[in-house]
Amino acid sequence: MKIKKSIPLIDQHDKNFMYGGKFGGNFIPETLKKPIDDLTKLFEKLRKDKKFLKERDYYFKSYIGVPTPFIKLENLTSHLGGAQIYAKVVSEANGGAHKIYNATVHCLIAKKAGKKFIVGDTGAGYAGKMLSMAAKKFGLKCKIFMGAKDIKRQRPNVQAMKKNGAIIVPVTTGSQTLVDAVSECMRYWVSNCDTTHMCVGSTVGPNIFIKICAWSTAQISRELFQQVKEEFGEIPKKMKLLNCVGGGSSAMGFWNEFMDTDAEFIGIEAGGPKSSKLHAAPLTNGSKIGILHGAAQYVIQDKEGQIGSTDSISAGLDYPGISPLHCFLKDTHRARYTSVNDEDALKAYQLVSKLENISPSLEPSHAFYEAIRLAPKLKSSEIIIVNSCGDSLKDKDIIKQKLGSYIR
Amino acid sequence: MKSKIAIAFKNCKREKRTALITYTVAGDNTKSNSLKILNAISKHADILELGFPHNTPIADGGQIQGSSHRALRNGIKLNDVFNIVKKFKVYNPKKPLIMMGYFNLIYQSGENKFLKNCKASGVDGLIVVDLPYPENKNFAKKCKKKSIDFIQLLSPTTSNDRMKKIIKDSHNMIYYISMLSTTGGKLKVSPKKILQNYNKIKRINRKKNIVIGFGITNKTIASLKKADGLVVGSQLCKTITNSLKKRLNTAKVLDKMVYNLRKKII
Repeated sequence: MKIKKSIPLIDQHDKNFMYGGKFGGNFIPETLKKPIDDLTKLFEKLRKDKKFLKERDYYFKSYIGVPTPFIKLENLTSHLGGAQIYAKVVSEANGGAHKIYNATVHCLIAKKAGKKFIVGDTGAGYAGKMLSMAAKKFGLKCKIFMGAKDIKRQRPNVQAMKKNGAIIVPVTTGSQTLVDAVSECMRYWVSNCDTTHMCVGSTVGPNIFIKICAWSTAQISRELFQQVKEEFGEIPKKMKLLNCVGGGSSAMGFWNEFMDTDAEFIGIEAGGPKSSKLHAAPLTNGSKIGILHGAAQYVIQDKEGQIGSTDSISAGLDYPGISPLHCFLKDTHRARYTSVNDEDALKAYQLVSKLENISPSLEPSHAFYEAIRLAPKLKSSEIIIVNSCGDSLKDKDIIKQKLGSYIR
Repeated sequence: MKSKIAIAFKNCKREKRTALITYTVAGDNTKSNSLKILNAISKHADILELGFPHNTPIADGGQIQGSSHRALRNGIKLNDVFNIVKKFKVYNPKKPLIMMGYFNLIYQSGENKFLKNCKASGVDGLIVVDLPYPENKNFAKKCKKKSIDFIQLLSPTTSNDRMKKIIKDSHNMIYYISMLSTTGGKLKVSPKKILQNYNKIKRINRKKNIVIGFGITNKTIASLKKADGLVVGSQLCKTITNSLKKRLNTAKVLDKMVYNLRKKII
């Protein structure tokens, strides 16, 4: 299994849409074959269409507010000693997280497809919040599927979705988290695919959704590539790009343009509570390949193939599967993956929020903890960049409950 | 040896009636109860579909999800499903039984081992909800080698070209999904329209047995009886749910229900 140079990673699949012959594909009910084929054809046409690209760039700039800042975390760097730590502050994008790229592109595609309704899933509530924002902006009626447990723990984002006029459908089956929200959203699409466009909130699901999402978030590394060059005059040889991974959409976007460089990719999964065996780290903990939500991937499951329960303090990472693209990056050794537990993620949130002007949400706090763990062991000539892909505001309730106080 | 599924359709045609196909979930609500249900309803049904439950079913509605969760909560494993089939077949050796479920369980078990177990327990056919054509070509071939019918699905979104290809590669039975819906949805398309689509499929190859499923209940079944076969699933699952609530004998309740379904289509 090998990654080819100068071909976008999303296009490195075979005729069955499998990466490395093992990951991805379209394991879908017959009813979805045609809508997915139609969407695949439409997207292939649009991504070559200069007018569409111009439109995308226009909204990325005027609506999302790209480029997002690239800053040095001076205080954290001197506090830890060792590597130079930087952050790509993607949370500065409109709405406060990377999910806005995918949401915006999906709304643009839905418009081109002549659909008036758009549905999506959400875990942390960011994907849902952004989709509801973008739907409002582009005049689409929006429905968001969200686990009942997540609705309780991500209140601020739920309120935002309601404000944007979206209908929130609480999902009460199974673990009542992201995995069930995605299932329910797909079921809804099976029943309504003639009138409705579906947005999958991360680089998971049938192949086309992986492609659209990674293609959208790639904006992050497109601008970072330039920002890094401006800062260092070149792409540094010893540079680590750290990103949390749940479904894996922000990491794919953060790494994409650096695929053919020497940059080292480290993905940080959710290790779950220290005292529990439950986690959401299929790559770190050696899960087997299985089929989840239409794609083959490493997934937490039992021997029989029943999907396993996960636990993580961060709703956005609380997912038993992982993008087939990350499985591909892992097996080709292009990226490596590790996990950070709930308690350490909280510590990282606290330290970064105290020392710096940014306050990462619990998802990127997992990546920040890895940076904190690594930096002192590295030389001062080495560079660590963390994707700060979400803002802590949405986690205010959980943080208060766990730490007694909330700082930002 | 001729496929039991083909024989069942032949018998129905001779009697000039549609085949009644039921769907229940293995292990709902217990292993022994689901076997009792199968034995009871097999008196009235021509073909039995038996679901092997998965906890992340992307194409099932609330009723079948409920049945699957009940079965899983009671600890059903794939081996138990095969045992249920085996026990059923001891007393009903001629009754065709189709196992239906999601691909991950087959994938984890290994395709060959899964098919070996199917064969050993007497499974006659397989429906794999999330393994569409042409991705299922290889697996369907393996089924054929073991004389197990792989049942292809068609839906209202299937294009004509695609339909022709699927029918060409299909075995004895083809499952037409009546409407855009998960299982158990309310029939939102008129029976006339469904039969129009059905006839379109029949015209491609008259020899294939086409069954219609999704949204079929005791209220709608009579209007579709021109089809080669009709599948009732969610309504059975719902009836199991209700009779469990009322602490009734589920096998008895289903026996009566399937008897009444059959009466409506003769």
